Amino acid sequence: MAEAGTLRPGLKGLLTARRGRGGKRHWTDWFAYLYLLLGVVLMFGPVVWLTLSSFKTPAGLVEFPPTMLPLGQIAVEVEGHDKPLPLYRVTMEDGTTRELAQIRRIGIISQMVDPAAPGETLKVPIAQREPVREFRMAWENYRDPLERFDFVKYFWNSVIVTAVATIITLLINSMAAYALSIYEFRGRNAIMLLVIGTLMIPITVILVPVYLVVTQLNMVNTLWAVILPGAATPTGVFLLRQYMLTIPRDLIDAARMDKASEWSIYWRVVMPLAMPAIAVLAIFSVMWRWNEFLWPLIVLNRSEVYTLQVGLNAFQGELDVQWHYILAMTVVTLIPVVLVFAFLQRFITTGIANAGMK
Amino acid sequence: MTATLKERAATLAALPVEFLFRALETPLAFVQRLVGVRGMPWVFLLPNLAFFGIFVVIPLFINFAFSLTGGTALYPSDRVYAGTEQYAFLFDCENFADPITCREDRFWKGIYNTAVFIFFQVSFLVLFSLVTALVLNMKIRARGFFRAVFFFPVLLSPVVVALIWKWILLRDGLLNAFLVSLGLDKILFFVSPEWAMFWAIFVSIWAHMGFYTLILLAGLQAIPPDLYEAAEVDGTSRERVFFRITLPLLWPNLLVVIVLALIKGVQIFDEVFVLTGGGPGTATQFIVQYIYNTAFTQQVQNFGLAAAASVVLGTVLFVLTLTQLAVTRKRDNG
Amino acid sequence: MTMRWTSVFTAGALALATIATAASAQTELRMLWYNDGNEGEVMQSLLDRFEAENPDISVTLDVVPYKAILESLPVQLAAGEGPDIARVTDLGGLAPHYLDLRPYLGDPQYWEENFGPFLDWLRAPGTDAIPGFMTQLTVTGPYVNKTLFEQAGVEMPGEGATWDDWAAASKEVADKLDIAIPMAWDRSGHRVAGPAISMGAKMFDENGDPALVDDGLKLMAQKLYDWHQDGTMSKELWGSVSGSTYLGANEDFANAQVVMYMSGSWQVPQFASTIGDAFDWWAVPAPCGPAACTGMPGGAALVGIKATEHPEEVAKLMEFLAQEDQLSDFYGETLFIPGHLGLAKTGVDFATEDPRASHALKTFAAAVPGISPIAYKLQGYVNNRVMFNAMISRLGEAIVGELTLDQAYERMTDDVAKQIAEKERK
Repeated sequence: MAEAGTLRPGLKGLLTARRGRGGKRHWTDWFAYLYLLLGVVLMFGPVVWLTLSSFKTPAGLVEFPPTMLPLGQIAVEVEGHDKPLPLYRVTMEDGTTRELAQIRRIGIISQMVDPAAPGETLKVPIAQREPVREFRMAWENYRDPLERFDFVKYFWNSVIVTAVATIITLLINSMAAYALSIYEFRGRNAIMLLVIGTLMIPITVILVPVYLVVTQLNMVNTLWAVILPGAATPTGVFLLRQYMLTIPRDLIDAARMDKASEWSIYWRVVMPLAMPAIAVLAIFSVMWRWNEFLWPLIVLNRSEVYTLQVGLNAFQGELDVQWHYILAMTVVTLIPVVLVFAFLQRFITTGIANAGMK
Repeated sequence: MTATLKERAATLAALPVEFLFRALETPLAFVQRLVGVRGMPWVFLLPNLAFFGIFVVIPLFINFAFSLTGGTALYPSDRVYAGTEQYAFLFDCENFADPITCREDRFWKGIYNTAVFIFFQVSFLVLFSLVTALVLNMKIRARGFFRAVFFFPVLLSPVVVALIWKWILLRDGLLNAFLVSLGLDKILFFVSPEWAMFWAIFVSIWAHMGFYTLILLAGLQAIPPDLYEAAEVDGTSRERVFFRITLPLLWPNLLVVIVLALIKGVQIFDEVFVLTGGGPGTATQFIVQYIYNTAFTQQVQNFGLAAAASVVLGTVLFVLTLTQLAVTRKRDNG
Repeated sequence: MTMRWTSVFTAGALALATIATAASAQTELRMLWYNDGNEGEVMQSLLDRFEAENPDISVTLDVVPYKAILESLPVQLAAGEGPDIARVTDLGGLAPHYLDLRPYLGDPQYWEENFGPFLDWLRAPGTDAIPGFMTQLTVTGPYVNKTLFEQAGVEMPGEGATWDDWAAASKEVADKLDIAIPMAWDRSGHRVAGPAISMGAKMFDENGDPALVDDGLKLMAQKLYDWHQDGTMSKELWGSVSGSTYLGANEDFANAQVVMYMSGSWQVPQFASTIGDAFDWWAVPAPCGPAACTGMPGGAALVGIKATEHPEEVAKLMEFLAQEDQLSDFYGETLFIPGHLGLAKTGVDFATEDPRASHALKTFAAAVPGISPIAYKLQGYVNNRVMFNAMISRLGEAIVGELTLDQAYERMTDDVAKQIAEKERK
């Protein structure tokens, strides 16, 4: 009994007996920590690597083996030359190494000069030299594309789309879920079937018909074209309905006895109780809208209505994969997501855990 | 202090929402008087159904109309009626088990690739989510942190996920640098069909595992602790406890995870498209990518054929969903 | 109280009215654009000049990812939406949506004289429309890393060398210096078409209908296949993505991982900035096959869109941009090969000090007269992308071993036939 008493409430899972067994460690304990360690490396590592890489110059990016940190070649001022010259570490014929600045390269011979003794020009085969480098962040990967367009405008467009779409989604989905969970009425099953039936259809396959509808509504090149089509998500209705089904009916009956209107039952009684599920849908809606790319690309082609995802990809041309820009812009789109997550982490993870499974 | 600040912010944010709901109260009370309580569910459904009708149901009908037509015109009224020609074309096969004998070989390649993908992706996704949930459910330090670590890729866009991994898997990428440092040869991952499929599966598991882990974690935490206490008193081994108590009680959650993963698996597109481009050859070209390519990336944008393929896909999905519903209902009743 | 509300209302109405008149006084034009390099900035400066001269017209440059031009724009145009002016690469395919500028132009003769052969690419067959002009003319052709040849001590094949000579020489260099990829070709049907024509592909039958697979094409395909098997080419480009996806080896070439790189003139500005002085990148004349030594012409065009509400203003802008001095600045700053015959003759003063870039631009410009008539015909053919796509997607599948070459030929023919049939379905 004393052993059982050591179990903390809320932390009781499959493997809870470690302390109770007087410190005897089971293989699963070792496994758990190894797994978590590996998990951190595997989950975080790629994003860290992306961020580090995004500060490398194009030359640094194609280097193999890749350097961990972004490096840039040092350039030095040499007397008699207008521009700073790139510095190299050169292995001389006698096996010694010297740091020399390169004046120019002709074929496979490099003309170099010792910054300390600028008078004499040395000829060195290019295979014998290696750039001298220092830690340097290539901010231009960020600056160049961001300077080229109205980043602030796109950012606001994205914020507006995300916020308005999420509010509409939450409102109409929760109303529908309320109707489908609280009332018994003819046609309910048919509608549920419709919701579930469309749950599985990927939007990609009906892009063209939706585009036709949007053109008919004259919404092309307005933010409404991005906000409205995805508002009535079957996923949202389904999620909220499943949660609302668990709300005790007595509460609703009691409210009706008090002569509360159906609308006030919805927003005063049911909505507060469904908050965890609504929070989850809010998170998903924000995530979907913020990340949406394919659809905005079709309906938004005027720069004043670009969302961030369209704007940040505008540098992608026909013939040129510019990894240094791609990586930098990927980091830019990541930042808001990471910030939101950092602040709401606990809320999000516990919210999903609670709402997902009632 | 922070708590009150947060609370205050929350109240502030809720104000306009409350105002909105309050403002709607009178008109809706009036509506209720008009239609009665029995009519109210339809009132609540109306906005959602309107949006749903305009942006989902109508397009689905247009899509179906497309599938019965040919040509390159965009408006259904301008298109040439083709009857079931597009469907017949899709199903023009000598031997359905061998895509190469089909007239439209890529459609069938897409279906087979998707099937293979789903089989492995769902199995390993469920396996790893389960293991992760079990580990996170143990008495470990910094549990919130680890939970966050496994969850955060869920929030990334598919394009970002694919780019992150592509950057690592390139010929001169980080992973090959690691292999070379171990004295191994570089592997061209996107040139080998097996590796490409492996990474497609791996990356999609990496991106989505967190979500399913949380569902399973919630299920684990809902298992009554006295069951474990009793098992402990009896001296039952941990392995046995797992198979006798945890697994059976977690089954409903596992079922949800499997079904959701299946749905997501069929829809797989952007991630893999950016990662492997569907290659090498057609080794990772999935069904949704086939539909997208047919409708968009060809010079002759073949909406008719793409629509027919999506109708076939939709029908299969619908049947799957119905089966799943039947299964869950049976479980709920039993 | 009432007074105040009234005055507020009036002020508001007035403000609205002012905005409305201001808006109607100025015509706004939208130009849909994509960038490979700095051409967007150069175009913007030309537009600024235009706006200064024409205060009643404002032009907004909407820069989109190339994907939007290729995939979304056709859908938008078909729906009657879209910009007033667009930069396009599917020259013939979108021809039905172009605005004919001819009735609005002051001097159509100037356009005929200077853009003559390229106008055919933009016209719907059988019309004399003037839809726009080429923002750049491109010529496909190979680059070599001359420094690697020198380091390996291998002689570069000279004028008139065949693809086999080049492949062998590149392989020798790569073997000596342990370079990853001896030879790389862009994964693009347009790129492959040049060598195919050089090896005898005719592309069309006597009636002018597409006939993709013939002995010439088979010869090219067989070589391409063999080079991939013997390691002369890496499967990374042709074997790694599916369908018609474009892949280039420009990054690998810039990193000295490729000895010979088959691409085109549009790489010049990019190589000038990314490679710079690191090694001598050298454009060489198109290698030969039994039939010819040709590359493919191509490029992007700026065209007016039929659905515009302001055709006159569009024509005014296009006329301004097409002037010889404006275009001379544009081509010079962007390092594009001029798509203007007058400028092609007099030469453009390219804004580069890089001797490699100048040499490359000269090489490509010199290649223009030698381009095979079949190549011109193919480039002008409305459904050419159908042929290009069929070629790369099926060759790609053959190279990775999903299809035999014979199966690939069969599929290619079928792909072309069925897509053209779909387009012409009545």
